[in-house]
Amino acid sequence: MAIIENHKTVGNPLCDSAKLSARDVCVYYGEKKAIHDVSLDIGKNEVIALIGPSGCGKSTFLRCLNRMNDTIDICSVTGQILLDGDNIYDSKVDVVPLRATVGMVFQKPNPFPKSIYDNIAYGPRIHGLASSRVDLDEIVEKSLQRAGLWSEVKDRLHSPGTGLSGGQQQRLCIARTIAVDPEVILMDEPCSALDPIATAKIEELIDELRDNYTIAIVTHSMQQAARVSQRTAYFHLGQLIEVNSTDKVFTTPQHQLTEAYITGRFG
Amino acid sequence: MEMNFNQHISGQFNADLEGIRNHMMSMGGLVERQVANAIEAICNGDTRLADEVIRREDDVDKAEVTIDNECTQILVRRQPAASDLRMVLAVSRVVRDLERIGDEASKIAIHTLEVTDSKAPQYCQQAIRYMGEEVVKMISGALDAFARHDVDGAVEVVRTDKSVDKQYASALRELITYMMEDPRSIGQAISILWILRAIERIGDHARNISEQVIYLVSGTDVRHSSLTEIEETTQK
Repeated sequence: MAIIENHKTVGNPLCDSAKLSARDVCVYYGEKKAIHDVSLDIGKNEVIALIGPSGCGKSTFLRCLNRMNDTIDICSVTGQILLDGDNIYDSKVDVVPLRATVGMVFQKPNPFPKSIYDNIAYGPRIHGLASSRVDLDEIVEKSLQRAGLWSEVKDRLHSPGTGLSGGQQQRLCIARTIAVDPEVILMDEPCSALDPIATAKIEELIDELRDNYTIAIVTHSMQQAARVSQRTAYFHLGQLIEVNSTDKVFTTPQHQLTEAYITGRFG
Repeated sequence: MEMNFNQHISGQFNADLEGIRNHMMSMGGLVERQVANAIEAICNGDTRLADEVIRREDDVDKAEVTIDNECTQILVRRQPAASDLRMVLAVSRVVRDLERIGDEASKIAIHTLEVTDSKAPQYCQQAIRYMGEEVVKMISGALDAFARHDVDGAVEVVRTDKSVDKQYASALRELITYMMEDPRSIGQAISILWILRAIERIGDHARNISEQVIYLVSGTDVRHSSLTEIEETTQK
């Protein structure tokens, strides 16, 4: 299977109230082109799901959105990614505050080997977001509450974060992301290591977080994409094939490849 | 990477979808015969054939329940999407219409027994035969369109339904004249009215099936749309 020559993304890759806008983004790992000219808007307070077969570039693209790819030496990115209109790849941009504004949650919960409290407090401390212990306590409580974890951990804030269950650890990581006051949250298969109940809790949380944040989620579960997102973007061999409302993608996709993938005809 | 877009990775999924479609088609064949026999029975006063239609009604009902259950199984096991989802939804809706057509065929048969027993004249024989033949063609046309994913064929069925509706209205006017001329004819006329009504309803159900063909192929829900609206959407 080869990439499609002169492909133009079908559907509606752009939107009116964009929080993040990718324009003609290409990503290379050394000589190999992993992402081909992707233009995509992620709207304010929307959950967008990025789906596609393994190796289609969805995670690579997600990692461009807060310059996580900078950590890979051979990786280079061309094109523009605008956060509220400003190019995040501008040489003046400091990636540390950028990654606070555009936070990320990974596939495997990765709490620091510290207490629950310190897991949350770490970010606000290094970013100077709390001026006193009282402030910090408040941020910790608020973040844990937003992540739906407060009632489960409030009596053991000083026990190690790694002692929590997988689902709780993942919500702890989400709380840790929220603690530094982000505007966008990127999630790279946040539920793939979780059982259905823990998954349901994270999905419920995603729905609540949408009121305050913009969320992009990479998922291998088509049902999850259908459940949590308002728009769905389908990637294939590094190309953005189709973007449409989730409703439309799962009932009447426009592109043959999208149709073939979501109906389980290849992948 | 597998590139045959006609086949799912899961062979069982292919077989399951193929299964509901085939079972729906055989149910359609059975229902079409029921209607044809019911029309034949009333036109020829064939009470034996009418009995046969009433007896086989049970098979139609059973087919509906079986196929609907198969659809439920696919929904729950496969969580189908896109064209697969539309196939399952369309089949589930079509079998409901087929079952209703079966009911109407059986109503025609029941009234046939009443009408044939009485000594009164048989009103509207021509309209019954003509409309009856039309709706049988509509059923087979709708099922063919379904099998071939043929939107034009489906629209043609919708068009025929309009003409059946017109014939129904004109047959009613004819019946009213008889009733006004001779009040003693009212009992018989009402039985004929029920038969005409059943045939007209069969046309409506065949039209519903055609609307599901359009949904299956294009994803557009054209239920409750006028013929003109349907023609416009399908020409796009």
